[in-house]
Amino acid sequence: MTELNVIETKNLSFTYGIGTPFEKHAVKDVNLEIKQGEFLGIIGHTGSGKSTFIQMLNGLIKPTSGTILLNGNDIWAEPKKIRNVRFKVGMVFQYPEYQLFEETVIKDICFGPMNQGLSEEEALKRAKEAAFFVGLPDNLLEKSPFELSGGEKRRAAIAGVIAMDPDVLILDEPTAGLDPMGRDLLLTQIYNYHKERKNTVLLVSHSMEDIGRVADRVLVMNKGEKAMLENTRDVFSKGYELRDMGLKIPQVTHIMQKLKLMGLDVDEGTLRVEDALRQLIPLLKK
Amino acid sequence: MISDITLGQYFPGKSVIHRFDPRLKLILTVFFIVLVFCAGNFVNMALVYATVICGMVMSKVPMKIYFKSLKPIFFIVAFTGILNLFYGTGEPLWQWGFITITLNGILNSIIIALRIIALILISSILTFTTSPTQLTDAIERILKPLTYIKVPVHEFAMMMTIALRFVPTLLEETDKIMSAQKARGADMESGGFTQRVKALIPVLIPLFVSAFRRAYDLATAMESRCYNGGNGRTKMKILKIQRNDIIMITFCVVFLAGFIAIAFFVPPIIR
Repeated sequence: MTELNVIETKNLSFTYGIGTPFEKHAVKDVNLEIKQGEFLGIIGHTGSGKSTFIQMLNGLIKPTSGTILLNGNDIWAEPKKIRNVRFKVGMVFQYPEYQLFEETVIKDICFGPMNQGLSEEEALKRAKEAAFFVGLPDNLLEKSPFELSGGEKRRAAIAGVIAMDPDVLILDEPTAGLDPMGRDLLLTQIYNYHKERKNTVLLVSHSMEDIGRVADRVLVMNKGEKAMLENTRDVFSKGYELRDMGLKIPQVTHIMQKLKLMGLDVDEGTLRVEDALRQLIPLLKK
Repeated sequence: MISDITLGQYFPGKSVIHRFDPRLKLILTVFFIVLVFCAGNFVNMALVYATVICGMVMSKVPMKIYFKSLKPIFFIVAFTGILNLFYGTGEPLWQWGFITITLNGILNSIIIALRIIALILISSILTFTTSPTQLTDAIERILKPLTYIKVPVHEFAMMMTIALRFVPTLLEETDKIMSAQKARGADMESGGFTQRVKALIPVLIPLFVSAFRRAYDLATAMESRCYNGGNGRTKMKILKIQRNDIIMITFCVVFLAGFIAIAFFVPPIIR
């Protein structure tokens, strides 16, 4: 069975301020394929072009050159239909809570589905499902979004995008600014959503631990270019290269690599703390 | 993007013009604007332009930027120029019905167009070379005597500084919110007038909420640093007249003398 590519980019580039002294290549000649149903992590130093890149994927920024294929079709073939692309490629921005505006949480989550032209009933159904995925309890749904706590606002905003039932969900640092428990919980919820819906998720994060825990493959961006796109394990086995790009590997992987060097029989590509425990506890018992 | 507005934008630099005392720059800008309106013949106008171009070159801001600032007023210049064409007196050069064009009218409209362009260029030199903070600082200093008649000059200046400071922030925020709502399928480009106004609600509400939040945060930050108005507040950068400024003042006095002398000998074209 051949795997389908949900997104394909060909020589994708974006240049800011063409013709001015401030000309800057934000994204340079990126060629890649994102498989249907994969969980792709995106990492890169600040200013590496991650944000510009993901905004091009759902048509918020028009590339200066190159093409983006969504399910095999050029998304800019018909510029008037770009809205349909945005429904298929859902985008959760950094600090998405600033997008809340409706009187009640449920109405706000319905904003996307209603824009898709769904009936009110259908939109409500989708909104409730989305709220469930992100763990928003029913008693909050009739409140004003401005009464919610920071973490709840974040969940409501993410639900607003999930409710559109996109083929591809892009999240730009969804856990930034949350407390450690909130981070873990939200990440697990996103992962469960991905498992259940079997859709493609792109997660931008500065937390290597988060990426290590959930991503199948990792895209590393550096100075606007694609530096790596490999399995998570392979990417995090190149600690030195990552460090040159101002990145790191997950702490647990780092420790396991050191232990391996010390001669212990452990897997140096361990990405999750749970997996590390499973290997270390028997060793300690010996 | 929304943030591509040039008119009234500061271009950081270290040119002579950048280093002039902002109070002096502000006063001289007003002085030159008055002179532009007094320049009624081409010789005076040429003198003004020579100085303005000198200032533009000395500011080391790219000429392209100055031309860009002229673009939005091109229509106004053309409109007033054409309108003035028909208000001349004297021998008609060309006549069609009630429309007459005279030599005087043509010269009039040229002078008026030149005046408007000079006006924009002069104020551009000021805003391109003076940061908003310096500018409000200068305004505060110049208007200080008004505190004796109970005008809250410092408060006004502070309000202006804060307002100017938050213009780019709010523009950026608007951009961000618009992107987020567009990603949720908000349609801001099509539809009739009412539909477009309605489409603004998802942008305006979050923008207001965040503006209020920023205001609260800023007020708290100012209070926690014991801000309580202008009384007894010292300045970090004390404005002092330097040697450069004195040269500039001397130049302006010479300029004014020349200007008056020319105006005395060359008859005005315009009323």
